[in-house]
Amino acid sequence: MGAKKWIAMLLAGGQGSRLGELTIGLAKPAVPFGGKYRIIDFPLSNCTHSGIDTVGVLTQYQPLILNDYVGNGKAWDLDLDVGGVSVLPPYQGKEGGEWYKGTANAVYQNIQYIDNYDPEHVLILSGDHIYKMDYSKMLDYHIEKNAEATIAVIQVPWQEASRFGIMNTNDDDKVTQFDEKPKFPKSNLASMGVYLFNWKTLRRYLINDEKDENSSNDFGSNIIPKMLEDRKKLYAYRFNDYWKDVGTVESLWQAHMDLLEDTPNFQLNDQQWKIFARNANHPPQYISPDAEVSQSLINEGCMIHGKIEHSVLSYNVQVGYGSTIIDSVIMPNVTIGENVHIERSIIASNCVIEDGAVVGNSAVTSDITLIGENQTIINPNKKKITLN
Amino acid sequence: MENVLGIINLINERQHLKDLTAHRNVASVPFGGRYRLIDFTMSNLINADVSKVAVFPKEKYLSVMDHLGSGKEWNLDRRSGGLYILPPIHPDETVTGDMKQFYDHLSFFERAEADTVIISPGSHVCKLDFNEVLDYHKKHKADITVVYKDYVGELIEKPIYHTCSVDSDEDITDISFYTIPRPGDHVCLETFIISKSLLVNLIKSCVASGEYDFLKDAVKANLHRFTVKGYNFTGDMPFIHSIESFHASNMNFLNPSVIRSFFGDTWDVYTKIKHEAPTKYSSSSKVTNSLIANGCDIEGIVENSILFRGVKVKKGAIVRNSIIMQKGVIEEGAIVENIITDKEVRVTSEKSVIGLKQPTVIKKAEII
Repeated sequence: MGAKKWIAMLLAGGQGSRLGELTIGLAKPAVPFGGKYRIIDFPLSNCTHSGIDTVGVLTQYQPLILNDYVGNGKAWDLDLDVGGVSVLPPYQGKEGGEWYKGTANAVYQNIQYIDNYDPEHVLILSGDHIYKMDYSKMLDYHIEKNAEATIAVIQVPWQEASRFGIMNTNDDDKVTQFDEKPKFPKSNLASMGVYLFNWKTLRRYLINDEKDENSSNDFGSNIIPKMLEDRKKLYAYRFNDYWKDVGTVESLWQAHMDLLEDTPNFQLNDQQWKIFARNANHPPQYISPDAEVSQSLINEGCMIHGKIEHSVLSYNVQVGYGSTIIDSVIMPNVTIGENVHIERSIIASNCVIEDGAVVGNSAVTSDITLIGENQTIINPNKKKITLN
Repeated sequence: MENVLGIINLINERQHLKDLTAHRNVASVPFGGRYRLIDFTMSNLINADVSKVAVFPKEKYLSVMDHLGSGKEWNLDRRSGGLYILPPIHPDETVTGDMKQFYDHLSFFERAEADTVIISPGSHVCKLDFNEVLDYHKKHKADITVVYKDYVGELIEKPIYHTCSVDSDEDITDISFYTIPRPGDHVCLETFIISKSLLVNLIKSCVASGEYDFLKDAVKANLHRFTVKGYNFTGDMPFIHSIESFHASNMNFLNPSVIRSFFGDTWDVYTKIKHEAPTKYSSSSKVTNSLIANGCDIEGIVENSILFRGVKVKKGAIVRNSIIMQKGVIEEGAIVENIITDKEVRVTSEKSVIGLKQPTVIKKAEII
């Protein structure tokens, strides 16, 4: 098997518990986003566009939907004879086996997979962010700096810096210190969870980290600090485009609202950088004579008879006469009856919202209302019909 | 369904769609917002579990090859079976008839592991259940089954249809070529079921005696020799015989019940996947009674229209009663009414293009 220049390992095992009911039945990277995608489509499409043809997807929590979705990688042009996409759940060997204990341990348990390709560099990605990034530019930078590890960073507002892993750097963007969620941040360069390592170096660190019983086997908390301690050359790679963590209901909703600006900071409709997805096959969307649609994203298979304002509708959403949807995200295959009012809400896949039901709270200070998958919401005022 | 070979025969296509077929087959004319005409026949075959399909184009077949590719959207990228595109093998000779082109690829037929062959053109917009037709064929012990549909619609301009006479036993008794059908006449859909062995024999014997037309020389000439049955297709299918009827049959899809009947849960119409983003409606957009594909960007007014994938309607632009094919751009303040724009047409700002009496076609990639 010929050596690969670089391969990617995508950490997709996280539960995403802060997404509440959205992740009961599926892992965070499988959560629908942007009307026709799942979160994992963004890093996978970035890999395709960056010329990475080998991606290991590390799964653990609720992997069924994710496994099925990634499939043989055809949608991302990753259905190759050598390389392509491989779903890598924890497995048992002769010495037994165990769950992935942390992000670093997950990669440690797949050293053999990576060794098969004998890559010079390994890119570590996570499946929780919405962004379009050319990783090949990061590789060029990494090589130019003669770094052993390069960490992609983005400037965040100072007041939010203490929510992130913060890189302190010198004038040359060489990383001097890594602060995980610092109370008093010294920098506002946040780690994007995108790491590029020289494989030989990383391999050694993973093996040593595994021997350390006190380690939580995590890239951010253990591997990176240890490399800094050993005075390895770590560089920060500044990314200046849109990047959004969608780990909470609020941020997932906000990232959708960001798409709806007339000139958004993040453009899904980008012929140069298409986001690939496994496409369900649906007819074009139908906007009826009674419908009103403004500032919204709508997908194939939708049939709209109501009023859609500043919302994202996934594929196959039916909206009945007299219904209004404002500032909301409607996931695939949702049926909305007549005279329904939905505002500031996320409705997960396959829900039914019956005639006259009201979902969500219009007050901007209120929390976003989340309706989990496969639920039926009825109109509480509806007269009960009793059958004798 | 075991051992059925699907043949999509594009050799007998007529030129009734004029500018829309200047550079492509009728089968690859875009239809219904995200499809091409051939998608309906392809999907009918796939929905009947036919796993080997051969397309016979006569000319201008780049777009049909580009569209079908390896057949993966139709799940035809299989180890056994799959998709074959079999163009004329003597490009400098004019094709004398479909039987000649079949003959040129005779080894394909002979080698194909199939007992039965479905032959169909690539331009009918319908949901035709081939399993039902095959059952009919078997039940009636037919040698050849001819699918026909009773004509509905206005008087056509050009005699492009063949009609057949059917007796009370559902036997085909006569076939008339290039007729102008009256409502109720049995229009031959040029869709047939025939056993492979009989087809191979007919190809050989016709070509040996200098006869090259399947319908005329294999079917009509043998009406008394073989059992030739007529299957009456009663489902929805527009007769597309002119630009006007093409426009009208597209517009017929601006109706939830038609959309549901064609694209219901149990019947998929497959087409090439383009990975287009969701369609964006801006704060200034106003869209009503329209069928819109993904990847569009709408800032203007769209009424009673069909927009294909990747169309842009800029601020202040108006699109009415029109079909805008893939990647069309209607710039600021432009007005487009009663028009069919072929792919990649750009109507520049403040221009208006209006089809007066009839819908008018703007040719591919034109800038107005």
